[in-house]
Amino acid sequence: MTTWFPVLVTFVFAAVVVGVMVSINSILGPKRPSAIKSEAFECGNPSSGGAWGRFSVRFYLTALLFLIFDVDLVFLYPWAVEIRKLGMFGFVEAVVFIAILAVGLIYAWERGALDWD
Amino acid sequence: MRTLVQTLLASGFFGRNTPYDLVAAIAVFVLSAAVFLGVAFPFAGIVSWVERRVWARIQSRVGPNRVGPNGFLQWLADGVKHVCKEDIVPTDADPVLFKMAPYLVVLAFVLPWAVMPFSSALILADLNVGILYMTAVTAITVVGVLMAGWASNDKWSLIGGIRSAAQIVSYEIPAGLSIFPVVLMTGTLSMQGIIRAQGWAPQHWFLFANPFTFVAANILFISALAEGNRTPFDLPEAESELVAGFATEYSGMRYLFFFMAEWGNLFIIGAIIATLFLGGWQFPRVSNNPVVMNVLELITFNVKVLFLVFVSMWVRGTLPRVRIDQLMTLCWKYFVPIAFANMIGTAIWVAIWPEGNPVAGYIMFAAGIVVAIVFIRRVVFYAKRSQMELYYYPTI
Amino acid sequence: MHTALFWFLAAVSVISALGVVLQRNPVHCLLSLIVTLLAIAVMFIGEGAIVVGFLQAIVYGGAIMVLFLFVIWLLNLGVEIGPTGHIALKFFGTLAVAAMTAELMAFMLPPHLEVKYAGHVAGYGSIDSLSQKLFSEYLVAFEVTSVLLLVAVIGAVALARRTSASEIAQNADDSARRAQGAS
Repeated sequence: MTTWFPVLVTFVFAAVVVGVMVSINSILGPKRPSAIKSEAFECGNPSSGGAWGRFSVRFYLTALLFLIFDVDLVFLYPWAVEIRKLGMFGFVEAVVFIAILAVGLIYAWERGALDWD
Repeated sequence: MRTLVQTLLASGFFGRNTPYDLVAAIAVFVLSAAVFLGVAFPFAGIVSWVERRVWARIQSRVGPNRVGPNGFLQWLADGVKHVCKEDIVPTDADPVLFKMAPYLVVLAFVLPWAVMPFSSALILADLNVGILYMTAVTAITVVGVLMAGWASNDKWSLIGGIRSAAQIVSYEIPAGLSIFPVVLMTGTLSMQGIIRAQGWAPQHWFLFANPFTFVAANILFISALAEGNRTPFDLPEAESELVAGFATEYSGMRYLFFFMAEWGNLFIIGAIIATLFLGGWQFPRVSNNPVVMNVLELITFNVKVLFLVFVSMWVRGTLPRVRIDQLMTLCWKYFVPIAFANMIGTAIWVAIWPEGNPVAGYIMFAAGIVVAIVFIRRVVFYAKRSQMELYYYPTI
Repeated sequence: MHTALFWFLAAVSVISALGVVLQRNPVHCLLSLIVTLLAIAVMFIGEGAIVVGFLQAIVYGGAIMVLFLFVIWLLNLGVEIGPTGHIALKFFGTLAVAAMTAELMAFMLPPHLEVKYAGHVAGYGSIDSLSQKLFSEYLVAFEVTSVLLLVAVIGAVALARRTSASEIAQNADDSARRAQGAS
């Protein structure tokens, strides 16, 4: 538990600093709200509708690819730390694991999922 | 931390019968306050001034030079100005998430300092999963940025936030993969353990341990710049097309926190690279006094980190912004395959030379010096040539 | 783990889990889900399973959150107004929920549920023990995971329905030939 105490302290520290600074700002800063000031920013035009709408499928694809490779990374951490103990057997296993994922990367590449045109 | 507390106890400063936990708690509070109030937040401010000066020099301008000597107090003036600004929450925004986003971004900037290895004793928490912790907590930025972008309910913010998230998550893969060569060579995830596995001399750094780690260090640095939204990868805040990206609707202190975190993250990027590849705080053992050694180590570590911070400023002043398709191509078609190959290459290297190959260190270091000399000669050549064309005083 | 810490984290995770179900805005639900998962990750760490805790934080706090947010935006899920549908649907739905709750209670009330604290084995929760297990006992699962991830890549690419560069070129060739034939 003592190991994690500094992490807790940093956590609390961050929250306190932001909270204090933001409240100082709200005390010192002027308060002259107006309808136009609190509109969403648009370059001079009246805004046409809110921003909460649909989005390009590409971002979804990027996120999914990221998730897949992130899980891959997570599985390789135990292997990387213990490579000396696991030896040749572990190395072959990891290479097979990476090779199967490499097939996935090549497939995504060939299908154009990595292109942003 | 433990060594620090034991040294404190042994010094008799707290008296004989003080319990270990109490001394440890006091040391943690004092040290973390010193780290944050003395290093992290002022660093984020000062680096904004240094960056503007360096950038101005690169572009033959003067930069901020009015507030204080050479404009040194510019960062404080900026802070005071932001504190005195109106705090606007747009009517269409989601107020709770809008106010919460800066907390998360600052949290992602503050938490890594807990495992920052300043010297052999000055580390708040020497976790045995240090580098894993670093990866996990810096990823909180994505949550904050997406939250800011979405909660503003503004198209510019949302596009900026989504772009930023896509960029950060994409570059997390090559960055994560580039940590593996070092983990493979040391078999530990602890920051101090990784530094202790290296030596003070450059040929014992992991940067020069073998060709794979050299490539990995470069990929990690570039990916870290991309994750930190730094030029040439600052698409999320591309002023010419996206106003201010996810921070468009923010004002006052909340706005400042986003940029403070961005500048402060430069130190964290530098610290990660210095720890993994540049030998961290390692310094030749010139004294048996632990205080002297720790001060020297602290200076060594900071010199390495600040050098990397300077390099990133230099890159920012020199390179133009990339397009989003170039950004994604660079990540997925170049960095990810190269980083995978790097990892397997290092694994083979470790299988052949489990204790590392000392000759390779010397050869790589020599090659590095040759590259550095060629580079410096080119820089000097172009600097001289441009001086003939542009006459300016470097310091006004 | 300290008992007070456990109760705090348990409360956080249960409250945020309720938030996932009860909130109307899908983005708020998602953020509550992330809080739940992170609270569980901290519980793992507190119990000494440090590596598992961090891996959970990395995968769920980063990757899953971004993915789910993008899916919400992709599908353009708006704010729900309230339960809709036929009255019979609501009636049978309530009945089903009640039945399930009763079943869970029957399983989980004290006489059936025995919590045994087995104690920590040597090296518990360390990355060493994790890799020893992963590369011996769960080796097949480890390799099957990579196949699963491969399937996920293929599924994602198929869902996004992007044609490959060679197919685009092929289509262009075909249309050019057709245009020539027509003239």
